[in-house]
Amino acid sequence: MAVQSVEPSTTSVDLGPAAALSCRECGERFDLGPIFACALCFGPLEVAYELPADGSEALRKRIEDGPANIWRYAPLLPVPADVADKPSLNPGLTKLVKADNLARELGVTGGLYVKDDSGNPTHSFKDRVVAIAVEAARAFGFTTLSCSSTGNLAGAVGAAAARAGFKSCVFIPHDLEAGKVVMAAVYGGDLVGIEGTYDDVNRFCSELIGDPLGEGWGFVNVNLRPYYGEGSKTLAYEICEQLGWRLPDQIVVPIASGSQLTKIDKGLKELVALGLVEDRPYKIFGAQAEGCSPVARAFKDGHDVVRPVKPDTIAKSLAIGNPADGPYVLDIARRTGGAVEDVSDPEIVDAIRLLARTEGIFAETAGGVTVGVTRKLIESGLLDPSLTTVVLNTGDGLKTLDAVAAGPTVTIRPSLAAFRDAGLAAV
Amino acid sequence: MSVTVRIPTILRTYTGGKAEVSAEGATLADVLRSLEENHAGIAARVLDDAGKLRRFVNVYVNDDDVRFEQGLQTPTPDGSAVSVIPAVAGG
Ligand SMILES: Cc1ncc(COP(=O)(O)O)c(C=O)c1O
Ligand SMILES: [Zn+2]
Repeated sequence: MAVQSVEPSTTSVDLGPAAALSCRECGERFDLGPIFACALCFGPLEVAYELPADGSEALRKRIEDGPANIWRYAPLLPVPADVADKPSLNPGLTKLVKADNLARELGVTGGLYVKDDSGNPTHSFKDRVVAIAVEAARAFGFTTLSCSSTGNLAGAVGAAAARAGFKSCVFIPHDLEAGKVVMAAVYGGDLVGIEGTYDDVNRFCSELIGDPLGEGWGFVNVNLRPYYGEGSKTLAYEICEQLGWRLPDQIVVPIASGSQLTKIDKGLKELVALGLVEDRPYKIFGAQAEGCSPVARAFKDGHDVVRPVKPDTIAKSLAIGNPADGPYVLDIARRTGGAVEDVSDPEIVDAIRLLARTEGIFAETAGGVTVGVTRKLIESGLLDPSLTTVVLNTGDGLKTLDAVAAGPTVTIRPSLAAFRDAGLAAV
Repeated sequence: MSVTVRIPTILRTYTGGKAEVSAEGATLADVLRSLEENHAGIAARVLDDAGKLRRFVNVYVNDDDVRFEQGLQTPTPDGSAVSVIPAVAGG
């Protein structure tokens, strides 16, 4: 009889302040375990907390005195209290770059910042979510880490598994960018290319979980998803801490499944509830590529369901045609007064170049989508240039070199005469 | 018309732990009715109060997401494989 591959161990699970899982749709609560969908309504489960009892001053100090990585926020995450002592890639505390040159170019006067998550150990924000999922995998006794991935997650899982002493086997669409495939393969785990899109890979992994073939495997974004998702809250925490414990007015976030955007909102709300930042309105904007823009489409059409699409874009990291958190992204964009917008492939390439040439930050295609959408939102008046704005760069351009393939401006012999003749000299 | 239905772990309490069961029907709606006859209670988990597919459940007929097809009216020819899967986020 093929029952649930691993029974949730309800006793002796130490995930710090995490108290239970609760259904985001109907509120039903479940014991902490490797489960991810509500048994009543299929709604996504998320972590519910026993929040720290420290006053906000004490908690702020505890965070500021903590390690220079995401574990400084351990009191707000589903991880054991001694998490910082365990083998981990220790992602986080990436730079919040004040992007004055880009601001000038885009006409932003209220302060523009790029949260540059390409500075994480495997060069994408996925190291944050994986680090949390690894702690859940440990707590539930899994020995193999797995995932379905559009590329970045695969690399993050391979690396984190290697460091933390897990086996790994990750699944990707067979036709990803070379940079992502190499990064996913180098850490020594198994890498399986699937003939199909991410949505096909995801469906396959979901079936594997209910089958004896996947017994004992922790899929970071499937059966460990409630914990995984919490990692994205650290982006919200860091942005506010780096702004001097202040909420930004506007944030622009790339969307694939919508998980990251949803959890950034959760993180901001928690900071307000804990008294760590002053409550004031903020707007969250979502960014998609035109070739895979089901959430932007639904937003513009005024729908609250997202109709899946077959992706066709150079922004492969965002190429999820059936985004599970799409309805929540729509809710958040509408509730906060934000929007969801999309840009074409040429606009993505332009935006990658714009960010590189103004701020010296080389983004992968997802960053191009985000910067491109920011520009478009300013032009259409949806994003207010007089407000403090944070744009996320979630991945490194070295992983998607083909998008901006370029060579030397000119190639010359190593002589001063040749240099002068090339027309680049000062005089 | 006979089809096989893959049951996700959270619904296997209705199928006595079975991961796969057979059902009858010419459309997905018929198949769900047939499932309900043999496994009382299962339809209310997959469909909302208005009788529509719940928003966090994905249903596939032979690898095709039924939202690309005709939803509950999607044909289920003899021998089809129907898969019911919770939506999953994060990639
Ligand atoms: C670089 C990058 N940015 C953003 C995302 C979007 O993440 P989410 O699925 O949480 O919306 C991904 C997802 O794979 C990604 O690789
Ligand atoms: Zn529920």
